[in-house]
Amino acid sequence: MKKLMLGNEAIARGVYEAGATVATAYPGTPSTEITEYIARYDEIYSEWSPNEKVALEVAIGASVGGARSTCAMKHVGLNVAADPLFTAAYTGVNGGLVIFVADDPGMHSSQNEQDTRIIARAAKVPVLEPSDSQECRDFTREAFRISEEFDTPVIVRLTTRVAHSQGLVELGERENVPLKPYAKDPGKYVMMPAMARKRHVVVEERLARLAEFSDTTTLNRIEWGDRKIGVITSGIAYQYAKEAFGNASFLKLGMVYPLPEKLIREFAANVETIYVIEELEPFIENNCLRMGIEVKGKALLPLIGEYSASLIRERVLGQKQEKLNSINEEIPVRPPVMCAGCPHRGIFYLLKKLKLNVTGDIGCYTLGALSPLESLDTCVCMGASIGMAHGMEKAMGKDTARKTVAVIGDSTFIHSGITGLIDIVYNKGTSTVIILDNSTTGMTGHQDNPATGFTIKGEPTRQVDLVKLCQAVGVDRVRVCDPFDLAETERIIKEEIAADEPSVVISQRPCALLKNVKFNGVLKINTEKCTKCRMCMRLGCPAIVDRGTHVEVDPALCTGCDLCTKVCRFNAFERLGGENA
Amino acid sequence: MRSTSIMIVGVGGQGTLLTSRILGNVGISTGADVKVSEVHGMSQRGGSVVTYVKMGEKVNSPIIEKGEADILLCFEELEALRWIDYAKKDASIIINTQRIDPMPVITGKAKYPENIIEKIKAEYQNVAAVPALELAKAAGSIKAVNVVMIGVLAKRTEIPEDTWIDVIRKTVKPQFVDINIEAFRKGYAL
Ligand SMILES: Cc1ncc(C[n+]2csc(CCOP(=O)(O)OP(=O)(O)O)c2C)c(N)n1
Ligand code: SF4
Ligand code: SF4
Repeated sequence: MKKLMLGNEAIARGVYEAGATVATAYPGTPSTEITEYIARYDEIYSEWSPNEKVALEVAIGASVGGARSTCAMKHVGLNVAADPLFTAAYTGVNGGLVIFVADDPGMHSSQNEQDTRIIARAAKVPVLEPSDSQECRDFTREAFRISEEFDTPVIVRLTTRVAHSQGLVELGERENVPLKPYAKDPGKYVMMPAMARKRHVVVEERLARLAEFSDTTTLNRIEWGDRKIGVITSGIAYQYAKEAFGNASFLKLGMVYPLPEKLIREFAANVETIYVIEELEPFIENNCLRMGIEVKGKALLPLIGEYSASLIRERVLGQKQEKLNSINEEIPVRPPVMCAGCPHRGIFYLLKKLKLNVTGDIGCYTLGALSPLESLDTCVCMGASIGMAHGMEKAMGKDTARKTVAVIGDSTFIHSGITGLIDIVYNKGTSTVIILDNSTTGMTGHQDNPATGFTIKGEPTRQVDLVKLCQAVGVDRVRVCDPFDLAETERIIKEEIAADEPSVVISQRPCALLKNVKFNGVLKINTEKCTKCRMCMRLGCPAIVDRGTHVEVDPALCTGCDLCTKVCRFNAFERLGGENA
Repeated sequence: MRSTSIMIVGVGGQGTLLTSRILGNVGISTGADVKVSEVHGMSQRGGSVVTYVKMGEKVNSPIIEKGEADILLCFEELEALRWIDYAKKDASIIINTQRIDPMPVITGKAKYPENIIEKIKAEYQNVAAVPALELAKAAGSIKAVNVVMIGVLAKRTEIPEDTWIDVIRKTVKPQFVDINIEAFRKGYAL
């Protein structure tokens, strides 16, 4: 039976069919749904781990324990998990270990555009790259086989368009894979210098064997067509190239590291002009050039962003798509915004009002950098807000600290904020950290995390007590506030930035999109009372609209969160009532 | 079968994901190869969102490019204008006459273009303006805007009405089936 499946869903299916029993992840677009779909299979233990490093360590442990196990993350997550990855390459596996890493060319939802193939090569771990949902399922099963045959972790690299496209998938049955026996083996699993030196030799031998395998596996295949043009490509770029080049010859690579050098030579010898079509880094191209094979790639096509069939037609074949209309209108951009009713809005309204320096972090609250809130000054990587606030204090002095706060979400704080906070305490900083606890991991689609008190399966569990946690690392000033109580929250922030010691403000209010959040009903603006002062416009609520002549509330968007009633000095906001309420 | 490229454009939160799922499943039930490309993450927070549904004998690229869409299903007027270059000259263009101001318009930094529907109609023959929000309200829920739009689209394909209703029944949550079928019929009747 064929089923329409998201690439990520097909990966989950492959994991299930391969008989895996342990799956870990930290969410991150475009990888998140892999683990959400895995969690639907009762046969597989799954978890949201606190971060990618822990997730990979748990998966490595499960593999050493004999289970087929997996770990999923977005591209930048692999930076966090790089430490265990580079050495797991040395220890190898017991049960198969497959790591799914989703790159985001075009940065639909990311802070950079790094290419996982480069990290995998540095870690000496083989990489498979599917180009549609069917291959997501098939390559996942094959990845487990390769992992066990070659005793190595295997990375399956996805990109946004593969992870988030649905295609037809032929399903199979679940293999019954018993736990492999666990035996103590320090020479293989205890990586101290004497053992690691021996294992490095094993790694290099393994790579040579994997290179031979790459030449023979059906993951890499030649599709002969017209031999004037030969295209070497992989992943989603293969689909674009198929549309752009039509009847050319293709070398379609499913295993992109190590590359199949014999196969590449055979292909190259039989076609006239060779193009390498790959998004992001010239990974395949440089390898071909190193082999002395003349290919064209990045000279014609960009290093930056996503490709498409029309981009290839234009840049490589010189065919440009004509515009079909004469509409030449100035079209306003539509950037993402915090939802109507978002708990973060209260905090950013205040931070702007108080004119503070704000080191920021990654989550829905990063949107606080955009107009009209415009109050977040930095965003580098998860957890960076806290270290950066401390760094600014050490560079610019305590007076700066009195005008600076770090803002960080609950999930991000657990991911990698705690160590930064310990640094502030240990090294005598006085920074103020605001934890935006909205009871969820909002940005990536509302996953539970250790601070929400529920597991990935929605089962209640011990909840991290953020207040006690901050106190335990040595922060004596820990305050809790409701970000919609603007007066009280403003008072608390002012007191804490003034304090000559580290402090944490925990802003508690659930994300407006959570199921159990109920507000009081839609508002309208009483035009008699409204003086058109436009104070409410400073909130950046998408439901409050400036019509030029007047300001009004869009009843289709308003949640009735009442935040606007607290900034309006003329009590102009009133409950709408009636059927829209 | 004839290949069909459908592009769905709107604002994050308008339910375009469900729309593409229903269209994809309808495609399969006709025996076609189908690819659906979605957007998750950042842009879902009220940003401009685009999803693609492609069906045909064999579909390679999941995305639709300028001048390729047979059907442009627009959930919001400004988004219709933003993506209009993607429509074929004879494409079926269906526009929900709803206006959602983007933040630069809300804050007065940019202007919402005037007379969008007229401008598009001046260039394309096959344009339908649909008050989907009102029709959805009449069907019982403003959330059913997406299914009203599907109804309008369905009428413009050769796929029988029953196939659509069948797929809707299987795709939406049981408690919303009746409202959604009512919404579909309102769109289909236009
Ligand atoms: C290393 C890394 N892993 C994952 C992500 C994806 N990501 C971006 S923000 C975020 C979490 C946001 O949750 P939270 O901090 O609770 O803030 P919220 O979005 O709920 O406001 C995640 C997982 C990332 N950017 N970097
Ligand atoms: S999803 Fe939740 S946290 Fe994110 S912007 Fe919307 S209301 Fe705010
Ligand atoms: S208009 Fe007011 S009550 Fe409605 S969502 Fe916006 S801030 Fe909340």
